[in-house]
Amino acid sequence: MSEHVDIDKQVRIYFLVFGALMVGTAATVGAYYLDVSVPVALTIGLFIASVKASLVACFFMHLIDEKKIIYWTLALTVAFFIALMALPLLTSVTDQVGEFAEVEAHEAH
Amino acid sequence: MEIPYTVEAHPETGLNNGKIGIWLFLTSEVMLFGALFATFIMLRIGSDGNWAAMQAEAELNIPLATVNTAVLIASSLTMVMAWASLMRGQLGRFKLFGWLTVGCGGIFLVIKYFEYTAKFEHHHYPESSTFLAIYFAMTGLHALHVIGGMAWNAYFTGPGSKVFHTNRQWLTDRVEHSGLFWHFVDLVWIFLFPVFYLL
Repeated sequence: MSEHVDIDKQVRIYFLVFGALMVGTAATVGAYYLDVSVPVALTIGLFIASVKASLVACFFMHLIDEKKIIYWTLALTVAFFIALMALPLLTSVTDQVGEFAEVEAHEAH
Repeated sequence: MEIPYTVEAHPETGLNNGKIGIWLFLTSEVMLFGALFATFIMLRIGSDGNWAAMQAEAELNIPLATVNTAVLIASSLTMVMAWASLMRGQLGRFKLFGWLTVGCGGIFLVIKYFEYTAKFEHHHYPESSTFLAIYFAMTGLHALHVIGGMAWNAYFTGPGSKVFHTNRQWLTDRVEHSGLFWHFVDLVWIFLFPVFYLL
């Protein structure tokens, strides 16, 4: 992080981020009690978690003001992470395509 | 022999080697937890609609987990306040916030202990269901990280803080690095909480 940082301003931001994280936590728990379908609940829950995680990373971990080498390292990590998450999802899609093809073949007979 | 670039920035990276080191370590941690999250997705997709039943049977305690989330978020605030105190040259306030961070980690683990013992009393073990297996694996690994972070912070807040009088910048940098690890542990919990308890 920059050497010439205004610590007092930083501290005010830390408290604002803390407040936002607490509100986010309350919103996550509140969303649990909403009468919505599982996909909608998943979307809401993971969206709030992603916003909270971004706040922690940007402000508490100082990523908002970091050197390029860290950004490039993290960009590479994110690419591998997405590939890792895509593997089970792709497996699921190919399984479903396989099942569909089996049904089609069975009906053709 | 003096180790170079422990405080001053390396001319190639613009950062001291400790900062580069902790970020590389955190990227490996992303892949470690990423593999477990990928496993979680695979188990959930392959559960043939039984996931909700397994989750309900596990009887996870949402109010306790919510308190634990708030405790970890509060500990992230005290962690950055400890670092900010060192930047201001306030050793006393650094120690106060440092011990508060360690204390929050302790509260988190005590609550986790009560959660785990409640599960064991109801004969809910990792082998009881697929849901409980991945639940214990991921929250257990996370708890080990909390213990590691507490030990790291306790060292710099306790005996390690003597360096303040001889090399303040070294201590400030090390506390920033331990803070990066601590915030990462908080970040992982931010996803574990909704994934296991709410969704």
